[in-house]
Amino acid sequence: MSSTTHDEAFSSPDAAMESPEPGVEEHYPDEWQYIKVALILFAITMAEVGIYYISGAERAIISLMAVMMIAKFTLVALYFMHLRFDSKLFRRLFVTGIILAVAVYLIALSSLHVFQR
Amino acid sequence: MAVTEAQAAGTGQHPEQGLSHPVTSTGLSNEKIAMWAFLGSECLLFGALISTYLLYRGRSVAGPFPHDVYDIPYTSVSSFVLLMSSLTMVLALAAMQRRDQRRMRVWLVTTALLGATFIGGQVYEFTVFYRAGLSLHQNLFGSSFFVLTGFHGAHVTIGILMLLSLFTISAKGRLADNRVETVELIGLYWHFVDVVWIVIFTMVYLIPGVK
Repeated sequence: MSSTTHDEAFSSPDAAMESPEPGVEEHYPDEWQYIKVALILFAITMAEVGIYYISGAERAIISLMAVMMIAKFTLVALYFMHLRFDSKLFRRLFVTGIILAVAVYLIALSSLHVFQR
Repeated sequence: MAVTEAQAAGTGQHPEQGLSHPVTSTGLSNEKIAMWAFLGSECLLFGALISTYLLYRGRSVAGPFPHDVYDIPYTSVSSFVLLMSSLTMVLALAAMQRRDQRRMRVWLVTTALLGATFIGGQVYEFTVFYRAGLSLHQNLFGSSFFVLTGFHGAHVTIGILMLLSLFTISAKGRLADNRVETVELIGLYWHFVDVVWIVIFTMVYLIPGVK
């Protein structure tokens, strides 16, 4: 049994869980890139709210909003959550969860005729 | 990072591979894999809650209805605050990667404050809705709306607690400079609640109100 206390393990430079694998964090975006992504997210959100107030063309507006939502989701996942830079295994785990959720609930909602209303 | 054999012997690290975490069959950090698996499973939880909202949308027989209570400009500001908290979270991670814990703590507190602002806004919104007659038991809209946004708010609150815990540990000097992954894991959780809100904001607030 290890004699290392929890505090020691947490503050020790030799603790088991250290920085990410060598060579991975160098590929993460720099701070300016993060700020650029945040500005794009801000612009998309403003556009979303702007088109909310447009009357008519309901289907087109809803489609546009869905595209904007997916764009924002993707930007955060790829850049802030580093899925673009990290191991593909992490991407697969997350995307599997999303695909499973979307597929299961689309089937469930379709079977309950939600989209025919 | 070079890992000596003596260090490796104590931590399970492999000196030749130069890994910064114990040797694993995947070559990746188990903690990070676990966090991504957890976030993948959370997609199913929030998928269920959003689907329930969509299922009951427009089926309430008594008011208040969404268009009676929603304040889109107000919720847009809340959404903006949460989006910006994701930026401050990655800036905290970037500071930790530079071994600059003082700046990391500044960004962590900023992130927690932005999160608290979002939660404060949600509490205010719930209060306004309640005074307008909308409650968990009033109608299907109230039930599905409060459960969905309440679960999300609970996740944000847990995220704030994690951020403040990390801040306290760092302020006490108990966070080693090389524990970048600890900050990254909490950041992953925080960004996840942000992406969930991106979906909720569009699906629950914006799309139902399109004329």
